[in-house]
Amino acid sequence: MNIDKFKPAIVYSIYIASTREKVWQALTSAEFSRMYFFGNAVEVDLKVGGAYIVRTPDGALHISGEVIECDPPKRLTVTFNVNWPALIEKLGPTLVTWEIEQSGDAVKLTLLQSHDRILSDDILSGGRQGWPAILSSLKSVLETGKPLKVQMVPPQRMLDALKAMGIATP
Amino acid sequence: MSKPEFVYVTYIETTPEKLWQALTDTEFSKLYWFGTEVRSDWKVGSSFALVTDGITSDTGEILVSDPPRQLAYTFRHARYEEMRDDGATKVTFTIEPHGGIVKLTVTHQGFAAGSKLLGAVSNGWPAILSGLKSLLETGHAVAIPMEALGKVK
Repeated sequence: MNIDKFKPAIVYSIYIASTREKVWQALTSAEFSRMYFFGNAVEVDLKVGGAYIVRTPDGALHISGEVIECDPPKRLTVTFNVNWPALIEKLGPTLVTWEIEQSGDAVKLTLLQSHDRILSDDILSGGRQGWPAILSSLKSVLETGKPLKVQMVPPQRMLDALKAMGIATP
Repeated sequence: MSKPEFVYVTYIETTPEKLWQALTDTEFSKLYWFGTEVRSDWKVGSSFALVTDGITSDTGEILVSDPPRQLAYTFRHARYEEMRDDGATKVTFTIEPHGGIVKLTVTHQGFAAGSKLLGAVSNGWPAILSGLKSLLETGHAVAIPMEALGKVK
């Protein structure tokens, strides 16, 4: 897959008192991700071309993708496609990159959500709302051992925009 | 095309009152803001300053002071020549209870086209607010190097 034409639409950085290895593990382990990712489990085959999937707490396939870049514990890029009918056809694939850098005694984790076309603010409101909650909770898990209980539903403006484009949501 | 601005959201296990105090207390700010003191009496119309080791880096005026919900001030960079072109920008902190935790939204807006200050604050806010979150949740701020602020050494 050629990722050259993908441009970041969402960039979010957070500093964590941890190690790059632990942050990598938190991003790639099912058990860990359930704690901070709204109960969702990440399952990833950590090699280029390997499968990347996210299951909801009831085990349903929520996001499916493929590993594009895999350089532990520094950089992971995957396609990150929500399994809603017609989503890929209408919006194109979503690319997510995690960059993990040492920064003094802390680790700087940067999330980039990229697309191969311009998407509306309504569509992007989902990621803009979700990533800060997910990554705030990830930081809390690594620093305190406890996740945040962030209650959240998808933004209505995103659901309305998806519906208007003919994309069915649960 | 939307106007250039920086928006950062983070969720913190704390109370709105403690977060307000952390944002407005001179001694507390030194712990998470790279040793910087936030100085103001936090009344609308009063002056605001960021002072690090006796050197004032930024100044402004309080626009909104509604504890523990919203704080806004103008923000004018004073220290580095190349970041003074923006004139007065605006910083807004919005504190919202969010199901037992607190949602903090920081919006920094009003930058000139091609602003160098926007680049610097885009680096700085995530580092400062990550330190603030750690301090409130664990009692310790993360040790992040000053370079994360993106200012000229």
